[in-house]
Amino acid sequence: MSTYKPPSIFTSRGWAGIAAALLLVMVIAPLLNMAVPEGSVFHLSDFAITLIGKIMCYAILALAMDLIWGYTGILSLGHGVFFALGGYAFGMYLMRQIGTDGVYHSTLPDFMVFLDWKAYPWYWAFTDHFLYSLFLVVAVPGLLAFIFGYFAFRSRIKGVYFSIITQALTFAFMLLFFRNDTGFGGNNGFTDFKRILGVAIQTPEMRMTLFVLTGIVLVGTLLLARWLVSSKFGRVLTAIRDAESRVMFSGYDPLWFKLAIWTLSAVIAGIAGALYVPQVGIINPGEMSPANSIEIAIWVAVGGRGTLVGAILGAFLVNGAKSWFTMAFPEYWLFFLGAIFIAVTLFLPRGVVGAYRQLRERMGKGAAGEAKAAA
Amino acid sequence: MTFLLRLTLIAAFILPGFAFAVVPPAVIEKLALGEGEDKIAAVAEVVTAADPDGLVFLQAMMNGEVQVVAEKKQVLIVRDGKAVDAVSGAEVSPLPEGLEDVVLPNRVRGEIQSAMSALKLVSPDRKTRHTAAKSLLEGGVDAGMLTIISKALEKESDAEIKSMLVLVQAQAQLKSSDVAVRLAAVKALGSSNSPSTKTLLIDLLQKNGDDFAEPDANVRAQAQISLEAVQSRLTWGDRAAQVFSGASLGSILLLAALGLAITYGLMGVINMAHGELIMIGAYATYVVQNFFHQHLPDWFNWYPLLAVPAAFIASAVVGMILERSVIRFLYGRPLETLLATWGISLMLIQLVRTVFGAQNVQVENPAWMSGGLEMFSGVVLPFSRIAIIGFSGVVLLLVWLALTRTRLGLFVRGVTQNRAIASCMGINTARIDTWCFGLGSGIAGLAGCALSQIGNVGPDLGQSYIVDSFMVVVLGGVGQLAGTVYAALGLGVVNKILEGWAGAVIAKIIVLVFIIVFIQKRPQGLFALKGRFADA
Repeated sequence: MSTYKPPSIFTSRGWAGIAAALLLVMVIAPLLNMAVPEGSVFHLSDFAITLIGKIMCYAILALAMDLIWGYTGILSLGHGVFFALGGYAFGMYLMRQIGTDGVYHSTLPDFMVFLDWKAYPWYWAFTDHFLYSLFLVVAVPGLLAFIFGYFAFRSRIKGVYFSIITQALTFAFMLLFFRNDTGFGGNNGFTDFKRILGVAIQTPEMRMTLFVLTGIVLVGTLLLARWLVSSKFGRVLTAIRDAESRVMFSGYDPLWFKLAIWTLSAVIAGIAGALYVPQVGIINPGEMSPANSIEIAIWVAVGGRGTLVGAILGAFLVNGAKSWFTMAFPEYWLFFLGAIFIAVTLFLPRGVVGAYRQLRERMGKGAAGEAKAAA
Repeated sequence: MTFLLRLTLIAAFILPGFAFAVVPPAVIEKLALGEGEDKIAAVAEVVTAADPDGLVFLQAMMNGEVQVVAEKKQVLIVRDGKAVDAVSGAEVSPLPEGLEDVVLPNRVRGEIQSAMSALKLVSPDRKTRHTAAKSLLEGGVDAGMLTIISKALEKESDAEIKSMLVLVQAQAQLKSSDVAVRLAAVKALGSSNSPSTKTLLIDLLQKNGDDFAEPDANVRAQAQISLEAVQSRLTWGDRAAQVFSGASLGSILLLAALGLAITYGLMGVINMAHGELIMIGAYATYVVQNFFHQHLPDWFNWYPLLAVPAAFIASAVVGMILERSVIRFLYGRPLETLLATWGISLMLIQLVRTVFGAQNVQVENPAWMSGGLEMFSGVVLPFSRIAIIGFSGVVLLLVWLALTRTRLGLFVRGVTQNRAIASCMGINTARIDTWCFGLGSGIAGLAGCALSQIGNVGPDLGQSYIVDSFMVVVLGGVGQLAGTVYAALGLGVVNKILEGWAGAVIAKIIVLVFIIVFIQKRPQGLFALKGRFADA
């Protein structure tokens, strides 16, 4: 009996791509933004930096979605809730960092003053510690996903049923966070952040730090995901996607595999949310709306399920299009988005990356066939 | 005097332009010419006289129509440039010199207002008396009105108003200094079913420092008994109201979910655009309503007769187009269907926004649907909701008949049970799919038509129902209608009862948790099909 030997994570070309991406994010973009003078053609505006930073957060989220949907075959329509919870967890720290600079000059956030609260509720305890809030960013989405996933997977809820229940989950959380009494700012959520670790958040340096950090996390997540799916663990996940019953009959318990990847995916989504909030400067319950969560699925579908790179590509394509549309013709954006949903499912079931690979394969075969005929 | 009174009454009702009142001249003089205190005393006199004519004069004063010539002590009611002498009723023209307005300080105004509401109790019009008694019952009275209340009670012939007046009288008597009167009053209040009586009785039992608000122990004991009687009646009223609003929500969920039970339950198509089909039905109703408004205003009350089929057809046609153009290519791929239909829903929302605007539109109820049935004081069952409960029952019956008694229903069941064999028997399964999807979509349209009668109609209408209706289908189980019915009504009632107890959001979350736990136990839903179909 031979043991399974995982293939190397990337080909040499893949590693070169990773290196190029890191160079782009860590050196070239900062240089273009900060060193190149503003009037120059090569200058990267602050607006572009914020936009790209935001989309990179979405790309991390898309990677989380690809792990769970593309590789394990579980379509989550509730990943927005993990993203938002990560954002809220870090947002609590950011709110504490405002200190007494709020409108009411109280140690409490403005919305609590508004509600006439005298002290922080218990779940805000210790959120003024940076490291503890980082722990929350990981722990809160992870714990919720673990509990929810345990009950859902244990009773073998799968397919569409699971999707609908995750949608209901994010819907319920949205309603919960819309309430003022929940203690997370209700409708308006958290905003008006001032600083991180005592450093003002609006400075170009801080913006660039967050940007670079997001880029590194994105590349790191890609490496981690790539390593996971090419390991033995990843092979079991793919097997669960393709034939769950057979996996069970072969002596594996799919519950723990599904639960592990589901929880990891939620944690990654939470980290993406935590990076998103300081760059965008606001987090509100709208992030948990079912519509937002289902959009994540379409990023992955556009790029190509089960390809990882496709998820990132899809996040950039769809969100790039969204930014352009909402500026150029805001009223047509929903038509376009709806059309993407339909077109991708009908005509591009493997996404852009899948279509590209198919095309290359066919051309390669064609070339090989011609070579044979010539020989 | 009676003759004159008749005359004035005739004048007051037939010739409202020249309405004037025959109130004793001394009182009129005091009201119009006296100082603040005199005026208040005069108002009290008018109330004590309990003469409906007093109301007319007071109303004229409030409207600023009473004007005076101070030196001549002449009081005129001036309306539209014509003046009538308030005492004699003779027309005065031309307008005399030195005419002045009667100045009404705020305090006097307040007195007049409460006097007017008291005088309405003796108005000849039943409806006016009814509203007056009701507003006194709910708003509270003071002891000064006791005389007029007893007078009104003597004259009153209508049993309903009489019983209300008894309660009003009891309320006023609570402030009496005579213990026996108070005791009788408290006893009488026990037969009330209004929340204000409850607070009144509770106030009696409250301690004011060391003393009870009610000094006499007997009265307190009786108050306790009456309070319990009122409270139990109120609790029953509340419960009835909750069950009713639960049934109403359940019937709406039922309509929304019934279409899904066909498209998802029978055909296995996840249609995320189902909510938008509901929305299209609501907008179809809106269009029909507008058409009646503009072209057939006389027939407006009958517009639902046309709106119901219009909503059905509009949604069914859209649904059939969707099935033909998109959904049929995705059969057997539920997750892709889900995404594609979500895309469709986005496009439909934007389409409606472009055509009708992003704002909510107003759909007017026909006249027979506005108003409601009052069960207790404070518990009103709106006719529109009663109509919807009945409507959903009828739709349910029709769907059941369509599925079990018609040829199409037979084919649909055949295709659901075994597509290949049905096809071998010569059924055009693709066509049946289209018709079946059209039927499910049409029922969604009917749901929209019903919803338009009780809520706002906007492009986002469907979004708020989609999660709930999927929950109903998941809970009820796939493949048959009975589960859908029980699940919809059950979720509706449970949701409303929880809402009363814990608030709307918490109720939603509890229901969600309940469904997740429930699916642990019975993954196939409430009424799982037994035997071979369970695997299909």
